Amino acid sequence: MDRLPRWADVVLVPFVSLLLAALISALVLLSIGQSPVQAFNVMVDGALGSAYGWGYTLYYTTSFIFTGLAVTMAFHAGLFNIGGEGQAQLGGLGVALVCLALPWPHWTLALVAATLGAALFGAAWAAIPAWLQAKRGSHIVITTIMFNYIAAALLVYLLVDVLRPAGQMDPASARFPAGANLPSLNEIPGLNLIFTKGVPANVTLFLALAMAVVVWAILWQTRLGYQIRAFGKSEPAARYAGINPVYIIMVSMLMSGALAGMMSINNVMGEAERLLQNSSEGAGFIGIAVALMGRNHPVGVVLAALLFGFLYQGGAELGLWTSIPIEMRIVVQGLVILFTGALDMMVRMMLTRIFGLFRSQKLGAA
Amino acid sequence: MAADGTYAIELKGISKAFGPVQANKDINIAVPRGTIHGIIGENGAGKSTLMSILYGFYKADAGQIFIGGKLTPIPDSQSAIRAGIGMVFQHFKLVQNFTVLENVILGAEDGPLLNTSLAKARQVLESLSRDYELDVDPDALIEDLSVGHQQRVEILKALYRQADILILDEPTGVLTPAEADHLFRILKGLKEQGKTIILITHKLREIMEATDNVSVMRRGTMVATVKTAETSPEQLAELMVGRKVLLEVEKKPARPGDVVLRVEDLRVRDEHKVERLKGVSFEIRAGEILGIAGVAGNGQSELLAALGGMMRATGKVTLKGQDLPLSGRGSDGQSRRRAGIAHVPEDRHHYGLILDFTAWENVAFGYFNAPEYQKNALFMDNKALRQDTARKMQKYDVRPPLPDLAAKNFSGGNQQKIVVAREMEQNPDLLLVGQPTRGVDIGAIEFIHNQIVALRDAGKAVLLVSVELDEIMSLSDRIAVMFDGRIMGFRDPDRTDERELGLMMAGMAGHGEAA
Repeated sequence: MDRLPRWADVVLVPFVSLLLAALISALVLLSIGQSPVQAFNVMVDGALGSAYGWGYTLYYTTSFIFTGLAVTMAFHAGLFNIGGEGQAQLGGLGVALVCLALPWPHWTLALVAATLGAALFGAAWAAIPAWLQAKRGSHIVITTIMFNYIAAALLVYLLVDVLRPAGQMDPASARFPAGANLPSLNEIPGLNLIFTKGVPANVTLFLALAMAVVVWAILWQTRLGYQIRAFGKSEPAARYAGINPVYIIMVSMLMSGALAGMMSINNVMGEAERLLQNSSEGAGFIGIAVALMGRNHPVGVVLAALLFGFLYQGGAELGLWTSIPIEMRIVVQGLVILFTGALDMMVRMMLTRIFGLFRSQKLGAA
Repeated sequence: MAADGTYAIELKGISKAFGPVQANKDINIAVPRGTIHGIIGENGAGKSTLMSILYGFYKADAGQIFIGGKLTPIPDSQSAIRAGIGMVFQHFKLVQNFTVLENVILGAEDGPLLNTSLAKARQVLESLSRDYELDVDPDALIEDLSVGHQQRVEILKALYRQADILILDEPTGVLTPAEADHLFRILKGLKEQGKTIILITHKLREIMEATDNVSVMRRGTMVATVKTAETSPEQLAELMVGRKVLLEVEKKPARPGDVVLRVEDLRVRDEHKVERLKGVSFEIRAGEILGIAGVAGNGQSELLAALGGMMRATGKVTLKGQDLPLSGRGSDGQSRRRAGIAHVPEDRHHYGLILDFTAWENVAFGYFNAPEYQKNALFMDNKALRQDTARKMQKYDVRPPLPDLAAKNFSGGNQQKIVVAREMEQNPDLLLVGQPTRGVDIGAIEFIHNQIVALRDAGKAVLLVSVELDEIMSLSDRIAVMFDGRIMGFRDPDRTDERELGLMMAGMAGHGEAA
């Protein structure tokens, strides 16, 4: 009945959720005898206090933008794509195959080809659950989760038995040729004045931001996006309007998988420069929280990705500079996900009630 | 009227606001014991809010409730039941695979062991059934009962909980005329036993037939309470809307032209492979309205769905001589629209609108491929769409005329006007209309009816499906009655009456002969 004003919905709800997460994190830290103030300072200082810290924060942010957009795209079609992790790992395979295929003369050519490879492999991995959903009604949540495990197993096999160069001990592909190395932010003229030390954040960041614009344009400016959103809101209504459900499920999941796959350009091509086992490092799952917190809008996704980038980098700094156990970082991240994602409705209802009280008081006074 | 204490219910100064919307404003009402009291009003007038306050679903911002002369706060539905109030909702709250007996005691069991309460309930039920002509088999499963019987179970549930005051919310929406008559007989019987009944409805005829007093609500206020015997439907309609209303549709005789739609042996199976449409044949000519009468659930929905491209079917359908595919390629909603069929669906919330979409996005719904809505090969022309929407909103008097407002924020009547505007402005050869005025206020009903007649007069064919017999009788040029997936017969609206149609709707008369 009562509804929140828009600014409260977009700004206040996530802010209060974060505050609650921070509060509980502080209590947990206190309970193990650590100072929350000190921990907070270390996190902010390590992640945002220097260009070097930003170089890491933005690196994580880049990955989370891709996976957040992937979840967003599927969500608007009413599909919950939990398979970002597997799709990202397959995207990594696509990147590796492209990068290793040719002695690339220049990174721009390699980037275009690797983007196609990543998108294609990510999309292909999403295509099977999408097809099962569209044609057989197998629930996409279940199938995409299962496909995460299959992807992980597939990559172990490929890295151990197929892609590993002879004589190498660890399960990883060969190093990519130098022509396929993406410039980091400290290697870009202009930005190198800010980023003086080597940082992992690289040109992929700009690709991620461009993709946010593309996703926005597709969803809100094209017929396809219109149909996707209509289908996601109401399947029976979409049938009435003559929107083909198989087409919408397939296309939205292919785009979702492609976006998740493209995440691997950032870590595989931009940072590791070879394909490692478990390259996506859980970013596929973080994407769910990012999309939830970002209200499934590209602008929100970019902001939420930045927050999670900060948490990742700040959490790593905690492990480096304090005696706080490394698991604490996971606790903090978990609490943020819990409050901004799962308990979002609780905060929303609470705020709605408070707003309602204010309103009726105003009416009573009038 | 009567002195204090003889009122079963008295509400004094009830107010309730939802945010800026004042749903109930200083409502005063007194219902004498042992009467049937009608509450009538347009959609959104505040009837349901008022009853929800009485049944403890909402808390009033201000005001007092007196039951039997005693001040009785009702913070939740448990206290409402304790105060002797029973409620029969529009949508029944019954467990389908339980028996009548089990449903009646559900939530009112005497202890952990069911046997004793079941035995007690059986006795009570039998005497209640005898006293009030309810005749329901206590051991029947709910899913095997007709809608009318299910409603009686709801009444039994309330009576078993010793309700003295019975509130019925739009009770006849799902009933045949005969079932409705039976319901009113039951209500009269209850009244004679001293029960008090509040009947919420938007059907003026029922108010006139069944009630002793009637209260009229308009925009959150109680505008009048009158003795039914001293008022007329015209006066009530005027009180509801605030201006004079034409209850009869004015239309010139039809001048039917060529056959536009020909349907032969149309059959539809639902997802459980149950045949819902069992071989339906008819035709509609240009400039003609064919009305389909019938109790909800006798295949009318499937007929609309099959013709609108929402359900697979078999048989033969031609539109202006062209075959329409009934399954597979070319049988979807987009192909139907291209062929010249527009469709105002029965359930606008479920099908006709995306409630979270803005008005302009909804105006493109189904027509998003239209060339005039495209900026170029890639992008839609959202600006043109907004302008087009503003124009349609003005022409169809949609209020408020804001293209950027979400569909859910319009009233039912205005939502329906958006759907009607969208479909009619496509200038279709055939218009499918399902329940055009369900949940729509009287002022908008008049408008929508006139639009349908205007389309007919422009030489288009109209297939009208409605469970409102009045609507069918006054709009149709020919009436087909459906029962159990078949057409029982065709009638000329001028040469039939509600009794005959009612019998045909119950599957008891007719067959074949055309009018």
